[in-house]
Amino acid sequence: MERIESQIIVNSNHGLHARPAAVFVQIANKFDSKVSLAKDGECVDGKSIIAILSLGINRGAQVSLIAEGRDAKETADELRKFLESNND
Amino acid sequence: MINLQGVAAAGGIAIGKVFYLGKEEFVIPKHRITHEDISREIYRLEESLIDTRREISSLQKRIAKEFGFDHAKIFEAHLLVLEDRVLIEDVIQQIKDKKINIEYAFSQSIKKYVNILLKLNDDYLRERVIDIEDVSRRVMSKLLKQKEVNLRDLDEKVVVVSHDLPPSQTANLPKEKIMGFVTDVGGRTSHTAIIARSLGIPAVVGTEVATKNVKSGDVIIIDGSLGQVFVNPPEKIIREYKEKLVKYKKEIEIAHVPRALKACTKDKKEIVVSANVELPEELPLVVQSGAEGIGLYRTEFIFLGRRDLPTEDEQYKAYLTVAKKVKPNSVIIRTIDIGGDKFLSRPEVPAELSPFLGWRAIRFCLARPELFKTQLRAILRASTEKNIKVMFPMISGIEELREAKKLLEESKKELKKEGKKFDDKISVGTMIEVPSAALTADSLARESDFFSIGTNDLIQYSLAVDRANEKVAYLYEPGHPAVLRLIKSVIESAHKNKIWVGMCGEMAGEPLFAFLLIGFGLDEFSMPPPCVPKVKELIRNIKFKDVEKISQKVIDLATAREVEKYLQEEARKILKDDFERIIMR
Repeated sequence: MERIESQIIVNSNHGLHARPAAVFVQIANKFDSKVSLAKDGECVDGKSIIAILSLGINRGAQVSLIAEGRDAKETADELRKFLESNND
Repeated sequence: MINLQGVAAAGGIAIGKVFYLGKEEFVIPKHRITHEDISREIYRLEESLIDTRREISSLQKRIAKEFGFDHAKIFEAHLLVLEDRVLIEDVIQQIKDKKINIEYAFSQSIKKYVNILLKLNDDYLRERVIDIEDVSRRVMSKLLKQKEVNLRDLDEKVVVVSHDLPPSQTANLPKEKIMGFVTDVGGRTSHTAIIARSLGIPAVVGTEVATKNVKSGDVIIIDGSLGQVFVNPPEKIIREYKEKLVKYKKEIEIAHVPRALKACTKDKKEIVVSANVELPEELPLVVQSGAEGIGLYRTEFIFLGRRDLPTEDEQYKAYLTVAKKVKPNSVIIRTIDIGGDKFLSRPEVPAELSPFLGWRAIRFCLARPELFKTQLRAILRASTEKNIKVMFPMISGIEELREAKKLLEESKKELKKEGKKFDDKISVGTMIEVPSAALTADSLARESDFFSIGTNDLIQYSLAVDRANEKVAYLYEPGHPAVLRLIKSVIESAHKNKIWVGMCGEMAGEPLFAFLLIGFGLDEFSMPPPCVPKVKELIRNIKFKDVEKISQKVIDLATAREVEKYLQEEARKILKDDFERIIMR
């Protein structure tokens, strides 16, 4: 089983607030892999909008994105692309 | 029968059924469950989540249809909260570990995440609490089988009785279903009163105990001109009021007939009578009333009752619609006046001990230049029709005016660079509603194109009276000599500096005071549309020369009571048989 961890700077205008967080969760849910997001040593379920919101990810924040599973690569690629674009 | 006396907030009579609008607070039960109950509690949770999902989806579709897809997007996030694994697992864990009922477990989990979000150092994310609480309220109402109240769901015409009407509730009001308002709190200038007048719906506020004396379905009569409320009255009173209602409707028709006539005194002084507008739905009322344009366009409503900030384009479209509707007359757009009794439901505006003395209006805008400039750019872009004027609320000194004008100039430069069109000569007005501004009106006049006196606040600030506080409301006197002297000196300062001066407060629409203000030389009167016909009729029936003389005498009187008595006597002499109808109604 593959595990991909990448460091990402979030570029969305207001960080991961409700709408971008919702899109993130929707993308994550398309894949089988387990998705986690970590910031400042705290790691949460990347398929839970409440958990993601509770990380308080502002624009410019550095997060680690971890995808584990058979489609880890595709999962990580698509989520990274989303986080690095300004999607507001 | 119960008879209550309140504050006459908006004229007119309503006879109908009570709709009691209570506060939506759930009492969340807490009890222990046995091991056997666990699966039943989890089943109840799932059922409620499914019901809520159905409800939000249909709401999302409706909003998308009515207001556009963008407005509906937020519900995507709401739906995700409903199926959030972390949240649901947390709830189920609690039920299993602590053996507590689902309502309590669910409310505890929500509380936990709300608290985490509240601690975040980010306004935008902290604001998501509203979304989570919104969803949780829906789920809770399903669990408890209590229906959430929404005035939009009314299926018949009713008189709404409530403790108070929060601005977020009034932002989306189904006007055609509401015959009248009765509230426990508030005065003539409270939010409910202003809304009611602007929509032409009778209202009695400040009854203190109305909600304790009615239930939904009771028969109620309200007389918004006298501040009277009758609950379950006998047949005799109903009959009496039905006759009054017929008479009242006729009177309004009479006053509406000559609406096309100009507001010009018998000795040919032309005065502008325009309308205060709060909601886009009022625009037809403005035209109907015979108002010459809009003297006060309140923009807060674009910001209220929603979860994100309106974009520049959205604001631009709203302002342009109004400008086009009132053409060839003009519209004075007041930049956002948030704070005070109107609130924005976001953590950017924290609760204050004295909101009226706090961070609001221009103070708030200057502290949030990005937000302010978005509005200024939208106003400028809409000004291509050349009939928009802009004015700044709550200016307390010249520095604020300069700072606001600087941001306006910056916005113009930006638009020029982007090749966007606007009216380069847009008029810039200062609202005079703080005593310090009134007292320095001469210097403000040198840097303004016009003034608009906001009497509601000017009176509150100069007499140190909070009108919503029933204990001191009696001190709120528009006829107080201090207020009159301030107004007179503001008008004089304006005229000395060759700028015109209007009034957009309450007082302008009260015929007795309008009678005096014409004498002071006020150039423009802006008021709720239903007040327009009467004030225009008043103007057509007097001579400026006469009221000017009267106004000079008034300024030496010692009390508000003497002022009003004197004005009534003089008005009666001039208007004769029309006095009762025009001045006293």
